[in-house]
Amino acid sequence: MTRIGRLFDCLRRDGRKGFIAYLTAGDPAPERTPALVEALIRGGADLIELGVPFSDPIADGPVIQRAGERALKAGTNLKAVLAIAEEIRGRSEVPLLLFTYLNPVLRYGLDRLARDAAAAGIDGCLLTDASVEEAGDYVAAMHRCGLDTVFLAAPTSTERRMKLVAQYSTGFVYLVSRAGVTGERDSLSAAAAPLIRAMRAITDLPLAVGFGISKPEHVAELGRQVEAVVVGSAFVRLIERNLDNASLEIQLESFARELKHGFGVRP
Amino acid sequence: MTPQPDQGGHFGPYGGRYVPEVLMAPIEELAEAYTAARQDPAFQAELNELLRTYAGRPTPLYFARRLSETLGGARIWLKREDLLHTGAHKINNCLGQALLARRMGKRRIIAETGAGQHGVATATVCALLGFECVVYMGEEDMRRQRLNVFRMRMLGARVVGVAAGSRTLKDAISEAMRDWVSNVAGTHYLLGSVLGAHPYPMMVRDFQKVIGEEARAQFLASEGRLPDAVFACVGGGSNAIGIFHAFLPDPTVALIGVEAGGRGNAVGEHAARYRGGAPGVLQGAYSYVLQDEDGQIALTHSVSAGLDYAMIGPEHAWLHDRNRAEYTAASDAEALDAARLLSRTEGIIPALESAHAVAEAAKRAPAAAGQLFLVNVSGRGDKDIDIYRENFKELDQS
Repeated sequence: MTRIGRLFDCLRRDGRKGFIAYLTAGDPAPERTPALVEALIRGGADLIELGVPFSDPIADGPVIQRAGERALKAGTNLKAVLAIAEEIRGRSEVPLLLFTYLNPVLRYGLDRLARDAAAAGIDGCLLTDASVEEAGDYVAAMHRCGLDTVFLAAPTSTERRMKLVAQYSTGFVYLVSRAGVTGERDSLSAAAAPLIRAMRAITDLPLAVGFGISKPEHVAELGRQVEAVVVGSAFVRLIERNLDNASLEIQLESFARELKHGFGVRP
Repeated sequence: MTPQPDQGGHFGPYGGRYVPEVLMAPIEELAEAYTAARQDPAFQAELNELLRTYAGRPTPLYFARRLSETLGGARIWLKREDLLHTGAHKINNCLGQALLARRMGKRRIIAETGAGQHGVATATVCALLGFECVVYMGEEDMRRQRLNVFRMRMLGARVVGVAAGSRTLKDAISEAMRDWVSNVAGTHYLLGSVLGAHPYPMMVRDFQKVIGEEARAQFLASEGRLPDAVFACVGGGSNAIGIFHAFLPDPTVALIGVEAGGRGNAVGEHAARYRGGAPGVLQGAYSYVLQDEDGQIALTHSVSAGLDYAMIGPEHAWLHDRNRAEYTAASDAEALDAARLLSRTEGIIPALESAHAVAEAAKRAPAAAGQLFLVNVSGRGDKDIDIYRENFKELDQS
């Protein structure tokens, strides 16, 4: 079992919810990422998604697109992200999930990545454009090295597809709250609740919901329905607005804490 | 040989479905609707009627006598897709997909465009059927294909400029996919080439293969035999697949795809995928793609916006690996020269894309006496007049 599995066991035992934070590794520069991750951990992040930048991120909205451009410009590649993970792992046992697109991974080599990621202390991987139909080799390579494979289910997914997603996923299943690209929204989509119910009927795996979550009240509402909530673009936007601000880490930490407090809010 | 693609849209190892989960259900829905439509005689009849009375099919097969004499060698025939309504082969696919969208109850159409020919054809069929139309176009392409931007707007489409990346076709496709992800319910994505996730490469091929079916029959009627070589330019590769397909079972017919050689051999200076590209995944499909050692998609260059794209359609990748088709490249300069040659010898100003195919045929013709060449003139050059003016400054003096 990876750190991801142990985290969800631990959360269940303690009756707590998981708070998952995404950031694009290497934004604004690879050497800044470990400190930003540590700030998120201090703010209460239970699991970190390390985004690996890709030149053509079709599933991402403008905020994460711009973060990817900054990271690529700063020379970030998969190898650099593994080095970042290794540095974080030297100081923390937080579960780490690689979050990216298929092509950089194919280019690096599936088996080579699985080996190197496991050695760097990565716990699992999520590839947004690897449909379950095309994911056989990738899943086998990751599992051989003891890494989790997390897949996305969406409000448009049919029951047949949801079953496949659950079957190919280990660690947890990532539910996309709405049919759309990444990015903050003022209100939660009504599509999330039926998707959660449908997936719950299919699998015993923990469920996490992401896309569009940027306020403590979103966290509060979803925390009553799933095991974990993911926040991405809201953190990335805060980073973007404070690239040269010495208080960036402090702001990131307090924003994470404020969002996570949503779990304690009663309806 | 087993029929291509397989159930999952694979041409050998290429093709497939590599899209975010949100799009998997609509893509499956599209594949089912298309499978039903292609077996429905009423659908085929309506499409054929529109192709005949609205688009102007069949297009002529024309013997280019002065071009052939000037080059001195092969006898060169031209398939005149440039004579179609809207000025290029793109309308064949747009009519097919628009009728399919209507069948699926979708009334909002989105599309990407590079040179603007697919955007114009999409805007045209949307006007014809009363659909809302949004076309994504890179800002660099909007600049170099201004005329087509205005044509789309005149036809009632909204043209959305894309400022990301190299501001060309690839970025327009990404933005169209993001729109589709966000608006799947009532929207059909009318993809313009043999790219993207299954069923697009198969479906667009099926709508374009009429080019080769006509040309093959016309060739037999005119010359009493098949051509020795067929030439077509290849961006994504829809006009090339369209004219190649009917000839695939004919082993004596060489199929030659001409990519954009741009202005040099370095990465970023061309769009010739077999010159340094490697198999990878981009925008839904697995195929040859220009990329760096980290798997980041490379920038491309071509004087022709319609060929300026980092990936080649997956069926072309398969034809390449099996050596059934040969792929080569013509440079910007060679394409420009070929455009002038065809204009001066035949009175036909080709699209810059099509000029790449003419350039390769012209290169090989002198050494091919006794052979018959077939060249797909996939589009006409009106949209490229600004670029021709920039490059033939001596013609612009009053």
